[in-house]
Amino acid sequence: QNSNFKENEVLSVTLSVQYLFQLDDDEEEEEEEEEEQEDKFDISISVKDPEKIGTNDMNAFQTPLPMFRNKTFTVRRRFSDFLGLYEKLSEKHGPNGFIVPPPPEKSILGMTKVKVGKEDSSSADFVERRRAALERYLQRIVHHPSLLQDPDVREFLEREELPRAVGTQALSGAGFLKMINKATDAVSKMTIKMNESDVWFEEKLQEVESADQQFRKLHVLVESLVVHRKELSLNTASFAKSTAMLGSAEDNTALSRALSQLAEVEDKMEQLHQDQATNDTFNFAELIADYIRLLGSVRGSFDHRMKAWQRWQDAQAALQKKRETEAKLLWANKPDKLQLVKEEIAEWEVKVTQYERDFDRVTATVRKEVVRFDKEKARNFKREIINYLECLLQSQQQLIKYWEAFLPEAKAIA
Amino acid sequence: HYNTEKYHHMRSVSVDLNHDASLLIDIPDALCERDKVKFTVHTKTTLSSFQKPDFSVPRQHEDFIWLHDTLVETEDYAGLIIPPVPPKPDFESPREKMHKLGEGEATMTKEEYTKMKQELEAEYLAVFKKTVQVHEVFLQRLSSHPILSKDRNFQIFLEYDQDLTVRRKNAKEMFGGFFKNMVKSADEVLISGIKEVDDFFEQEKTFLLDYYSKIKDSTAKAEKMTRSHKNIADDYIHISATLNTLSADDSTYRHCGGYYMSSFVFLQKVEGRVASDQELKLTELLRYYMRDIQAAKDLLYRRARALVDYENSNKALDKARLKSRDIPQAEEHQKQCLQKFDKLSESGKKELTSFKGRRVVAFRKNLIEMAELEIKHAKVSSPIQPRDFYTLIHVYNM
Repeated sequence: QNSNFKENEVLSVTLSVQYLFQLDDDEEEEEEEEEEQEDKFDISISVKDPEKIGTNDMNAFQTPLPMFRNKTFTVRRRFSDFLGLYEKLSEKHGPNGFIVPPPPEKSILGMTKVKVGKEDSSSADFVERRRAALERYLQRIVHHPSLLQDPDVREFLEREELPRAVGTQALSGAGFLKMINKATDAVSKMTIKMNESDVWFEEKLQEVESADQQFRKLHVLVESLVVHRKELSLNTASFAKSTAMLGSAEDNTALSRALSQLAEVEDKMEQLHQDQATNDTFNFAELIADYIRLLGSVRGSFDHRMKAWQRWQDAQAALQKKRETEAKLLWANKPDKLQLVKEEIAEWEVKVTQYERDFDRVTATVRKEVVRFDKEKARNFKREIINYLECLLQSQQQLIKYWEAFLPEAKAIA
Repeated sequence: HYNTEKYHHMRSVSVDLNHDASLLIDIPDALCERDKVKFTVHTKTTLSSFQKPDFSVPRQHEDFIWLHDTLVETEDYAGLIIPPVPPKPDFESPREKMHKLGEGEATMTKEEYTKMKQELEAEYLAVFKKTVQVHEVFLQRLSSHPILSKDRNFQIFLEYDQDLTVRRKNAKEMFGGFFKNMVKSADEVLISGIKEVDDFFEQEKTFLLDYYSKIKDSTAKAEKMTRSHKNIADDYIHISATLNTLSADDSTYRHCGGYYMSSFVFLQKVEGRVASDQELKLTELLRYYMRDIQAAKDLLYRRARALVDYENSNKALDKARLKSRDIPQAEEHQKQCLQKFDKLSESGKKELTSFKGRRVVAFRKNLIEMAELEIKHAKVSSPIQPRDFYTLIHVYNM
């Protein structure tokens, strides 16, 4: 029992994920895939009084339960642990219609890995992408009121050492893609005609599918933007060098100095473009990738609802068959078999009622989840785009300073 | 049809041209017919050597080439920097893109297609602007030159109101492009191999050879930079179109869809302007002076040739004296060679000195203008919050 917190007190918690350099494990021969699963991350949790965390802190989440023993602590997790958590949560909550946020996978959906620039900058990029994606993943989980209650989540956040997750090979790269695709294939293959009360679902599913299409397209475009931005950065650097050479060859002193200054301005531009590429990646491309993954989970929840419906329908069909058998047996006068069938009918009637209730429950959950998802999406997407655009604009402001510094040099040429 | 009237201020690769009221030349008009560009060359003059004080003639690119070649092949102008011939109008890039766009039309939204088409039309226009600019500067260089402005063929070019094609054909038969080929092949070797007697020319030679290779490199790198800016501008078009579709289909995005689209449309405009201004001010400047330096190198080559001829004539004279035969011819030949060489040296020195000044002035003007434009673009987009993008687009379009 926790004496630190009062019973009805709402706690505010912040959570952040840091990347640790890969630690050497006992295994000597690790395949690249396994090595990757061993990437380690520190999750820092800090619990504060609700007043201390402003309402603007989107990273803070609230819990009414006295679930944390300490005020500030850190746990260390492997990449495979995150995948393992997802597997557990989707197994438990997926079939009930919950939208379980997915973690980043090994080869990020739809991304063409273009290595422009030095080797280390590309891998540093990848590491940061992963860290940020994992952080967002956890944030989504802890912001979900139902998932936060799950003991697996609490164990993940609190326990000193987690047993190594098994069977997460299924969640790497191809396995993960297969899982996502399975959900979507199932939905599209079903030519189930549902009744009118599901018009809302019909419309929503269509929205989700079209959003998925557009987001995938957008992702490709933004990745192309990143590539072009990196090319611009390289070309600017190379132009800067060339201009410096030209400046040193120039025999007019003032022009020579102006050309050297121009080379310096272009050098600074290169850095600006490089920073922009980072902005493009982390504040735009990565977020689009997140949405694509989430939309996959949303479609998954629709699929689970369909499955629940199908199960109910199948039970009804089975019941009907049993009743027909009963009718036949009444005529045939076989009292033993008749008794058996009557028992089976009773069983199926129970099942039909159960499955109908299940379907209604899952329907209600999916509906609630989708509404929640839409609200969050609407709020976040706008904020994220504005954030991205503000970075771009800051870049422009910096540009002004550089050119304004250069202008007098150009005017000094005589 | 394209009117260059409002783009007068754009001509800036060379300055201090076209100020002498006795002979003013400009290209106020140009027409693009399929592959051929027809320039309207307009002359205003107070000189009595011309029949009329104000007149215009239609000219093609090939006519400019003819004029340039006749100047190069005129012995009397060997000591002058002949202004570089304007390059052929090249619509290859926008034409190819237009073709690709047509093929990809089905895959994009109507809006996207329209924007891309607009961009391409702007690119066509930019190529057009550039080619008019460079043809005009060529003529203005000639009209500002004390000796070249008096050239007979130049006058014919400006005045002759019939098609020059016939004249051009005759000229080709006469010269056969012989001299041009010679210049192209051996100049580097000859220029660098020669033993220089004059400090001025020694320095010039070193300077020009080095500068040429560096400016050639800078030109290529500037072109690549501009292309990257264009690619980014195109990306913004596609992104804005996709965001637009997203917001149209999805109720949650509908209220902010127009906003996203306008933001990216705006960004695309800025990026596009940066690209085209950089192209005109920087890349064109570098390109032009790369060609001009080649013309200066050609002058050095001709002088080097004259020096070689003079040295050979000395050897021939020595031989003649040794053999006591044909001495007066050899002496005469040697005298002529020396005269020619001295004339080229004297004229060359003047030309190369004024070339320096001209180059520095042009760089100054273009660098200032480019910096001012970059500041203008960046300032337009920065003090305003992203929320006000709608307003921004209207402001910028004004």
